[in-house]
Amino acid sequence: MLTGKKVIVFGERDDISGTTVSTCLKAAGAEIVYEATACFV
Amino acid sequence: MVHVPDLVQYGSKPRREIIENPSSKESIAHSLRSYNKACCYPPNQTFVGNLSPDELGNIPRPWFENEALCSAKGKFGEILDQKSFYGLLKLADVLNPPLFAVDDSVLARLREGLAAHPLLAGFASRLAAIPQDVHDHSRQDPSRSSALAMRSEGKSCGWFYGDERAEGKGDDNLGPYTLLENLCTKASGALALTWLLHREKINPEKIDFLISCGEEACGDRYQRGGGGMAKAIGEMCGCTNASGMDIKNFCAAPASAIITAAAMVKAGLYKRVAVIGGGSLAKLGMKFQSFLEHGIPILDDCLASTALLISEDDGASPIIRLEPGAVGTVPAGAGFSDEAVFRHYLLAPLESLGLKCTDIDRYAAELHNPEIMEFAGSGDVASKNYRKIAAMAVLAKQLEKSGMNAWIERVGMPGFAPTQGHIPSAVPYIGHAMEAMNRGEIKRVMFLARASLFLNRCTNLLDGVSFVLERNPRL
Repeated sequence: MLTGKKVIVFGERDDISGTTVSTCLKAAGAEIVYEATACFV
Repeated sequence: MVHVPDLVQYGSKPRREIIENPSSKESIAHSLRSYNKACCYPPNQTFVGNLSPDELGNIPRPWFENEALCSAKGKFGEILDQKSFYGLLKLADVLNPPLFAVDDSVLARLREGLAAHPLLAGFASRLAAIPQDVHDHSRQDPSRSSALAMRSEGKSCGWFYGDERAEGKGDDNLGPYTLLENLCTKASGALALTWLLHREKINPEKIDFLISCGEEACGDRYQRGGGGMAKAIGEMCGCTNASGMDIKNFCAAPASAIITAAAMVKAGLYKRVAVIGGGSLAKLGMKFQSFLEHGIPILDDCLASTALLISEDDGASPIIRLEPGAVGTVPAGAGFSDEAVFRHYLLAPLESLGLKCTDIDRYAAELHNPEIMEFAGSGDVASKNYRKIAAMAVLAKQLEKSGMNAWIERVGMPGFAPTQGHIPSAVPYIGHAMEAMNRGEIKRVMFLARASLFLNRCTNLLDGVSFVLERNPRL
């Protein structure tokens, strides 16, 4: 579904982490060019 | 807690924003709330023990418009006013020339404030013994130096300097902001420890060991985070027989410190270990822009501190489960996913104890005040964590998916702690848990604390630390 797409991922520690989002997007064929997880607390 | 409206400007976010946009300073000043408003704020009343988390959950939102009780004193502690705190701050300052420079009239006012407090009168007499400061003429005009103006109730209360001695000059770690941050941790930690010793009727000389679990970094250019905060707090409170150490684990440090203290006592090393978490100046006003945008008072205007006593089994206090595997940790090789973290610090320790998720009566997770977080657009942190706990219970086939919401309602609670980093991470519920256990309402509570290790820029890892607290079987 996302083959050929480049993705920038921002996640949040207490919500959905960047790792979790990236895992899903990679499974859909995306290339993750940047991933970060923020902590808002 | 300590209500410190005039220190909000020195929080990390306000301070940086004021440099970028100087008009922010006035906007912040016009959005501060009074001490009375801070006292009457329901989450603050919950933090000091006058309301249970369940009672807080029954108060309609927004909480800042629905005040309940207005007592400065609570079962677990108090909400101290700023002037009294400045007195503790002055006493916490051991340097010569002082970091917190005040003139005679201010010193007298600070002394009077502490003397009027039933618990802090001893500190007032020690304040009286400090040689009265005069403006140090060898120092630069404070208004032209990097010294921080200290004000309270519209009046000047002196200036806060960096370490300007030869050994401190030019050291970025010894500037006024960092040293004010460190002394705020020390003074607020000392307040919490004083309350603990008073309420438990323990002579400070009876404390064997102290563990500090704050997020400050004390030290100079060669040992920037060397530590020593535990002993500094203990010294201030008269714990003359105690040594100590500082534990660092970001927000999970209080949980890590409690486990370490419990292990020390169980091993027979010590009889009484005090775990102290001082407040965080850096986190004051972290969300101030959101409050200004919504036209409401700045709600993250309080330092919060905590002190807990870990001792031998007295036949009444709850016990911490310390069997092999009972404490939740996340090994470095566990990976970065939420599921991996929760499997290690939620499911694994319960399995070691022969328990299921549904055997726990209440879970204490990240208990940040949702009113502060939601205005900032970060959502309800406590609620998010409870959904993850419930989801893991479903994945482990210990809970039906259809029963998630009802289960969260039963085992969860609204967040109520100020956004002070380590302070809201699970442990604010300990006092409430003990009360509920004494009333026979619950038997077992699991405390789950998370740590954003990736903020150290040395790793991408998260950490999770957990422990189970149980009603004393001899009760």
